[in-house]
Amino acid sequence: MVQKVYSDADAALAGLLFDGMTVMAGGFGLCGIPENLIAAMRLAGVRDLTVISNNCGIDGFGLGILLESGQIKKMISSYVGENKLFEKLYLSGELALEFNPQGTLAERIRAGGAGIPAFFTKTGVGTLVSEGKEIRNFDGYDYVMERGLVGDLSIIKAWKGDTEGNLVYRRTARNFNPMMATAGKACVVEVEHLVEPGQLDPDHIHTPGIYVDRIIAGARFEKRIERVTTRPRDTAPGKGAV
Amino acid sequence: MAWTREDMAARAALELQDGFYVNLGIGIPTLVANYIPDGMSVTLQSENGMLGMGPFPFEGEADADLINAGKQTITELAQSSYFSSSDSFAMIRGGHINLSILGGMQVAENGDLANWMVPGKMVKGMGGAMDLVAGVRRVVVVMDHCEKTGAPKVLKHCNLPLTGAGVVDLLITDLGVFEIDRKVGGMRLTALATGVSLDEIAAKTEASFKVAL
Repeated sequence: MVQKVYSDADAALAGLLFDGMTVMAGGFGLCGIPENLIAAMRLAGVRDLTVISNNCGIDGFGLGILLESGQIKKMISSYVGENKLFEKLYLSGELALEFNPQGTLAERIRAGGAGIPAFFTKTGVGTLVSEGKEIRNFDGYDYVMERGLVGDLSIIKAWKGDTEGNLVYRRTARNFNPMMATAGKACVVEVEHLVEPGQLDPDHIHTPGIYVDRIIAGARFEKRIERVTTRPRDTAPGKGAV
Repeated sequence: MAWTREDMAARAALELQDGFYVNLGIGIPTLVANYIPDGMSVTLQSENGMLGMGPFPFEGEADADLINAGKQTITELAQSSYFSSSDSFAMIRGGHINLSILGGMQVAENGDLANWMVPGKMVKGMGGAMDLVAGVRRVVVVMDHCEKTGAPKVLKHCNLPLTGAGVVDLLITDLGVFEIDRKVGGMRLTALATGVSLDEIAAKTEASFKVAL
């Protein structure tokens, strides 16, 4: 019987890493990032990585620790503004960067995992993003062709998972994780709560276990917050986010 | 005299309608949430995967798994829902969001918007801005009328790289309000900020515009 459960992050990545590989890493900012697996990749020392991730962590945490160790050759991202080291490495030419609009990045990954090699989108038509790409008119509007994305490995963070690899995410920590789980040749997941089959409601599974090759209960979750924003207790609840 | 940030947010809030699903950008657009009229139901979308954003949490109750697109901690409401980034941008790209209010660096008279990149400076990325302006049904830009140097930002043609071509429906600046016909092109000045004269706004605007006050 295939055993998907591994003892820890190092064991779960063993045999899957090689220099020059492409890795998809889930998360938006520091929310929903596979922090245990990122730390294990740093220890493993694998180099010349192309990393597909919406952001690149912050200085000293998340994917930022793979920048510090010089393991990343190229990032495919939509926004990298939170990272001073990123800026330094990029401006000195040590780091390559490909920007994708966030929705195009999400859809490229979804398409890659779904066996769709390319699709057309309105996003980016008439901007730098569409330069050199095929433009086609449908029903009177121009669309740009974008390619599906796949990776050698996807590293995913979920809230709960069972030993079959069925996953449930929590709140906005879902973000890029479900698509990335489908688009890596291998998919390794860390969860906060690893449970037995039957303990998750099959109607509430976000990622079915077919996409998951290996799963661990994360040893430690720091779950840092980039911008803790609060309101004092004496205010009435507002209607918006301010 | 001109409009403050709060005045601009209050003016932008006039674009809200009952039942709207709305995406608010970072900066002045975020303040628009404070001006949702009583009794009006507006659902705020956060492009990292949430509908129904609630207010900031009380001190000590911040949840690392619950942030907005500006990476600030927020809360959920009874009607909130969560979804993946691809679902989030499917609702944006698919025209299901009624209104996007976002900031700008330059707007041109044909509705072009530049707000993500200054060549020669560090580029942080476009995030979700290109998807929002391409897919949301109505796009409102809120920005200062001029650079700090006094250089105009409301132009005949943007000289910064575009976020979207022909995408802006309404421009609110500290000096006034312009409607843009993004199909045919052309701006109409529809309101002047408090204490701002037509002569002043004309002198500070490179774009040509009709006056429809």
